[in-house]
This record gives sequence, structure tokens and C-alpha cells, in this order.
Amino acid sequence: MEEARATALSAVEAREIDAALAHAERPAAAYLDALKILQQHRRWVSDEALAALAAHLGVAPERLESLATFYNLIFRRPVGRHVILLCDSVTCWMLGEEKLRDHLRAQLGIGFGETTADGRFTLLPVPCLGACDHAPAAWIDGDLHTDLTETKLERILEAYA
Amino acid sequence: MRSDRPLTGAMRPDGQPLGLAAYEAAGGYAALRQALTEMRPADLIERVKASGLRGRGGAGFPTGMKWSFVPPGDAARRPVYLLVNADELEPGTFKDRYLIEGNPHLLLEGVILAAYAIQADIAYIFIRRAYQRGAAILARAIEEARDAGLLGERILGSAYGLRLHLHASAGRYMCGEETALTNALEGQRATPRTKPPFPPVVGLWGRPTIVNNVETLCNVPGIVRHGAPWFHNLSPSPDGGTKLFGVSGRVKRPGLWELPMGIPIREVLETHAGGMRDGVRFRGLLPGGASTDFLVAEHLDVKLDFASVQAAGSRLGTGTMIVLDDQTCPVGMVHNLIRFFAQESCGWCTPCRDGLPWCEAILAALEAGDGREEEIAILEDHCRLLGPGHTFCALAPGAVEPLQSALKHFRDDFTRHVREKRCPWRS
Repeated sequence: MEEARATALSAVEAREIDAALAHAERPAAAYLDALKILQQHRRWVSDEALAALAAHLGVAPERLESLATFYNLIFRRPVGRHVILLCDSVTCWMLGEEKLRDHLRAQLGIGFGETTADGRFTLLPVPCLGACDHAPAAWIDGDLHTDLTETKLERILEAYA
Repeated sequence: MRSDRPLTGAMRPDGQPLGLAAYEAAGGYAALRQALTEMRPADLIERVKASGLRGRGGAGFPTGMKWSFVPPGDAARRPVYLLVNADELEPGTFKDRYLIEGNPHLLLEGVILAAYAIQADIAYIFIRRAYQRGAAILARAIEEARDAGLLGERILGSAYGLRLHLHASAGRYMCGEETALTNALEGQRATPRTKPPFPPVVGLWGRPTIVNNVETLCNVPGIVRHGAPWFHNLSPSPDGGTKLFGVSGRVKRPGLWELPMGIPIREVLETHAGGMRDGVRFRGLLPGGASTDFLVAEHLDVKLDFASVQAAGSRLGTGTMIVLDDQTCPVGMVHNLIRFFAQESCGWCTPCRDGLPWCEAILAALEAGDGREEEIAILEDHCRLLGPGHTFCALAPGAVEPLQSALKHFRDDFTRHVREKRCPWRS
């Protein structure tokens, strides 16, 4: 988690953020992209990272905080190496989301908003993933997994070391 | 190709996206060529108006009429924007993802045609973060279109040019509301804006802006190419056209099908979705996503078009149905829905910000066996107080639609939770 606490932006981060700014019609249109770039490199956006980004963009940290706290997929608290986003919307709930959640609690010892002690997994709820015809569904590190059962999910998680 | 399935007919059976060459071989971009050479922007708007096409994002606003609200010609402050709402986050809805992933160029052709109609200079496709595959497919298709002279300056040699950007969001249901989407694109919190002024006059960065849903735009190439009468003839309903209808829940074959607008619910449910799974009984359904009223067995012959579903006491919404079965607790289902809406409320106006969590708490208590009879009346009060006219945008009025109709159709199940001091569906 060290990199998340680094105060300055890395050269790579700064370059990617500047590219997003150059592409945007107005600078503010790229603020969310800038937060996403930081998170891609650091997994989550710490207070220090947010302050560094604010200084880079020449805006108050609160301006970025207003975005970071609004959008669901910007993480303002540490997350594990892999983030399991389990759909908890209506069709997935009907077709076994709670069972999957119970299973993850038993297998990994974590519930929503928690990270395993070894820092491997964080479990978070996510609204409807648009895969309702293949419910229940989860989204892990950008991969969509569907038609989940307890055993299928357990097997899928093995691939995320 | 004069397909009776203009939205999905050209898609590949293997689920891979249709590339530019295959799309053109199936008649793709013929409408754009025709429009840019033979039609004035006003002709295009008239044709879409004549087709009667209504928005497929849930609200059903007439598309051609919306376009006509942009001040014409020099009266518009430049640049003019077209925003494509691909922020599909209505629980139970998975139709736009299917269109984007299966036939991205159909969407792009619709975008360019719509942009030409309103004389837009710049278009954005606003896609939700969870649709990463769709975003990658669109990015590739946009590149193909640019290389082929279908985007950028002087499209296909005409005087018209369009810049197109793809914007991936970071997740929030509110972004689906058109003025909140506009704020999100400007790098603000996705809260709704005061109307008036309306987006066609004052939208993105204060400029004229039209926001259209993915499926709406996918209908445009067919209408332009084959005309309004063709569109009407696709369906027995006054709405005309086809629609992607979906079914999820405990049915034999959950899925999505392009069918004529006005097809009866029963036909979608039984013929296409295969009916209920063995040993499971039908109790009701939300016809068009989470923010529509429950319909029950007596409504199975209702036709799936805007007016018929409304006459039955609900809304066509997104056309993707969520089926409630007898193994699922209706109170639990509504609790799940209201929890979603409470979480996704942007907090901008008090009734929504405070009312939805209150409803959520009452429903949680009912589910936990701690509910009281008088709290059911409080839920009913909220259905009224969070209804149309009391809130800043349509989120809360939509949220209470499944709640108010559940209280009507499944009242006994609510009182049973109070009487038995437990959820009868949980052992």
C-alpha cells in the first residue's frame, strides 16, 4: 500500500493525467479521469494522493473530493490486490446473491466493505451489472463473471492470486 | 436488408461485435450516405417525427420532437452537443449493453444521423464504467469509422463534420438522468439541474444539447433508410417499430429478444422466456426495470407498448421485465429495490435524500420481524410524498412505483410480516 501514500505524482501518472487534460474540452472534464488514473496505479486514492493531484491540477483538494466521494468506483479507502464487486441488485439478489455473500464470508472471512487479512481480496457491493439474464453476477478486476454458484465462484477466485 | 429485426438482425450468432465491413455488407451506413446527399437536417427531423419513435431509455419522449427543440441554424450557440446515454444502470436492464457489444456501428450510424439532424458539432458517448467490454468494442468501432471517413471533418465528402468522444463514467445511477449526466461530463457531481432552461437550449457548458439513449439511436438508421411507414408496419401498435424485450428471474430461459412493439406480455414470458421454471409460480413482474409498477397475473395479456402498459397502471420503462415468483418474498424484493434507490439518491433534494432511507429502514424492519402495522401507513405516505411534483428529478417518483404497487398487490404479504414477526420466506 506504500505507493498509495506517496505524496508526489509519479512521472507516469503525471504524463497520463496531462494526456487526459489535453484531450478534454475543458480541464474539469478530465478530473474524474485523473482520479481514475491515480487509482489504476495506486488501487485507491489516499488523502495524500488526492492532495498531490489537486496541486498538480491547481485546484482545491475539496474540488476533487466532491467527485471522489460521489462516484461509486473511486475508492477512498485501501482495497486489496483484487476487488470483488458482487452485484446486489434485484435479479441477482433473487437468484442467490446472499448465498454467495455468505459463502465468501465463510471462505474468506470478509463481508461487504472488508479486506482479507492477507490483503488479497476486498469485497464490495455493486449495482446491477447489466447481466440479469445470467444472474447472479460479479465483476472482479474488470472481468465479468456470470451464472455464479458457490462452487463456481470459489473456482474463479483461485485465478486471482 | 429490410429485416423485421432492424436492431439485432445483422448481429453475429457468436456474440462477437459486427465489424465495419460486415455492417456495410448488411446495408450499414447506407442511411447516412443517403441523408448526407439527399436530405436536409430538417427533413431528417421530420422523418423521425413521422415515425413516432419514442425514447427507449425509459421515459418515452418523442425523439423527433426533442431534436426539434434545438434552436435552428445560426440561432444556436456553438458548439451544439449530442450526448449518448449509455449509462445503463436501471436494475434488471441489459439491453443497451447487448446492442453496443453486438452491433457498435449501428449505434454510431444512429449517432452521426442524429448529430446531423440537430447539426451537432461534438458528440459524447457516456458509458458506464462496468461496461468495459462494450467501451473497448466502441473504441475500436470509432477508430474504424474515423479511418473510413465516417467521423471527423467532411464526413463522406459532405460539408458536415462531427467529433465523437467516448467517456467512461465511474459509476452512479444518477448519471442516467440527462441533466445529471451533463454535470458528470463537466466534471461535477452528477446532480440534476433546474429545468427550465431545458438542455436543447442550455445544456453542456451552456450550449444546446440533446441526450438520447442507445436503443433510441439504434432505431434511427432504419427509419431514415426505409421511411416512417416501414417503421409503423413493423408493429401492430400505434408506437410502431421493434423493441428489445428482456426477461430475468426464475423463468426457464432468461434473455433478450427484439420483438414488435405491442407484443403481449404473455407471449414474451411464455413463448420466448419459456415460462416459469418447474415448481415455481408466477406472482408478478416489473415490466420495464426497477422503477416501474408491478403488474400481476390479470395483466398478462397487456400489450407491451407505451399507452397499454400505462393504462394497466405501470410504465413500459426499459422493456426489460423482472419476474417475481412465489419463492421470493415481495417485501424482500421491494426492500432490495428501495435500498438501491436510497443508496443511489444523489442527496440533492430532501424528500429523496431522507425519504428513501426511511422507507428502506421500515422495509428492513419488516424483513427482520420488527415491523409494525402503522409503519405500513408511513410507507404509503412516502409513496405520495416522494411522487411526481415533490422532488427535483424523477429518481424518487420512480423508486416508489414498485413500492406503491407492491403495497396494493401484495398487501397481505406485508401484514403477514407484522403478524408473524418474521419474513415467512426465511426459515
